[in-house]
Amino acid sequence: MSGRLAPSMTPDTEFFWQGCRDHRLLIQRCTDCGALRHPPRPMCPSCTSLAWETVEASGRGTVLSFVMPRHPQFPGFDERYMVALVELEEGTRLVSNLVGTTPEEASIGMAVEVRFEQFDNDVVLPQFVPAGADADAAGGTAGTGADR
Amino acid sequence: MTAGLSRRAAICGIGQTEFSKESGRTELQLACECVKSALDDAGLSPADVDGLVTFTMDTTEEIDVVRNLGIGELSMFSRVPYGGGAAAGTVLQAAMAVATGVADVVVCYRAFNERSGMRFGGFASTLTSMPLFLSWYGPYGLLTPASWVALHARRYMETYGVTNADFAPIAVVDRKHAATNPDAWFHGRPITVEDHQASRWIVEPVLRLLDCCQESDGGVAIVVTSTERARDLRQVPAVIEAAAQGATFDGESMTSYYRDDLTGLQEMGAVARRLWSMSGLSPDDIQTAFLYDHFTPFVLMQLEELGFCGRGEAKEFATVENLSIGGRLPINTNGGLLGEAYIHGMNGITEGVRQVRGTSHNQVDAVEHVLVTSGTGVPTSGLILGRD
Repeated sequence: MSGRLAPSMTPDTEFFWQGCRDHRLLIQRCTDCGALRHPPRPMCPSCTSLAWETVEASGRGTVLSFVMPRHPQFPGFDERYMVALVELEEGTRLVSNLVGTTPEEASIGMAVEVRFEQFDNDVVLPQFVPAGADADAAGGTAGTGADR
Repeated sequence: MTAGLSRRAAICGIGQTEFSKESGRTELQLACECVKSALDDAGLSPADVDGLVTFTMDTTEEIDVVRNLGIGELSMFSRVPYGGGAAAGTVLQAAMAVATGVADVVVCYRAFNERSGMRFGGFASTLTSMPLFLSWYGPYGLLTPASWVALHARRYMETYGVTNADFAPIAVVDRKHAATNPDAWFHGRPITVEDHQASRWIVEPVLRLLDCCQESDGGVAIVVTSTERARDLRQVPAVIEAAAQGATFDGESMTSYYRDDLTGLQEMGAVARRLWSMSGLSPDDIQTAFLYDHFTPFVLMQLEELGFCGRGEAKEFATVENLSIGGRLPINTNGGLLGEAYIHGMNGITEGVRQVRGTSHNQVDAVEHVLVTSGTGVPTSGLILGRD
């Protein structure tokens, strides 16, 4: 297994990455009006409140778009790794990898669910697999190198 | 209030270095060369300059331009953010300064070694830590401008049944126009639809190599003064009929994935509304356009945002015939960023000026109004230039 460059974080965003380390996909929620938001930021654009908390996402979502970056090739990624824009059932969106499926089998609109992957350098990232996929069968990542 | 800016200022000088893959000199020198060239074109001297505008991304300090050119006192200097979205924005800043009397002669410049120096598409390969703006994307391998654009554009493709082959006419037209422009890197080297479809995937299934603009070294400068003063200068004035910048809610720079609708370019829609309103013109009044072409899918989406065709209709509108000289809307007559050079869109403005003057290598007949857009997928800007 190979590493991934660790995300940079600020006091506004570190809860998300800490959640990943705990295998929890967290969404920022305004304490005052309840609006959810991602990516994290200090102020609620709906009501300008600075008070926020987090809720754990179900981890279920839908693929809105996905692509296979082919050039340049980066270390730690397979030749046709998939990057997806996922809309969570709570309504927020995030970019992640689509794994445990192939570019031919994957489709826009497909239901997916989150898994957490720990890479060599202790970076933990959410990854999405087809909904209902067997945990072991879907255990690949976009860049373990395991299939090489 | 913004309508008050229309036709108050004009572009009276343009200058550029050669466009290459390795300039062999510093970005500072390129900046000095293109600013001097633009002043010579206008028939002005460095002593006439009292304003400078560039991109936040430019590495050449205003005071270094002043020190090298022998410019005297500056009364205004400002920088415009968001990469190529800044291009026409620099001219808006200059026009505002001139129209309000804050400055008399303002030079806008952009100069870089984007191929031989820091390459936008390649910097991620050498990262040792993830910059904050990339942290939501980079760890997943979304590390290049091409990939950021592709994830957005695929949603457009899915919604309107667009495929990569529908982007081929943009590349073919750009290279066709570049082929007859001696300043273009791809001078004399046109391509076919088959060449486009045979080029390798950069981001599958959206962008092939020939959908992606060049990386270039070079510099471009533009001199802005009042329309009144421009009339007394050497060149036919390219009057700024409209200039606009636009940013809209919930955007990011290249990664605006969080809005309800991912099938458009909201910032360009905002710029378009301002351009049409400020100029009193409509798409039918435009004889030729420079549409920022860093990646071909966003040219189709711009045609829709600007109102040249309806939503989802760009794949029918954007034929080689329609977009070539003699067609309904000849675009990128210098060859665009794909064919001429990638000078962050500033070379689209200079081509717009040449079309107004009647001096383009690929001159369109009877030009009255030219539309120029800047970088898309980011907060952006645009211009309508016309005859006095």
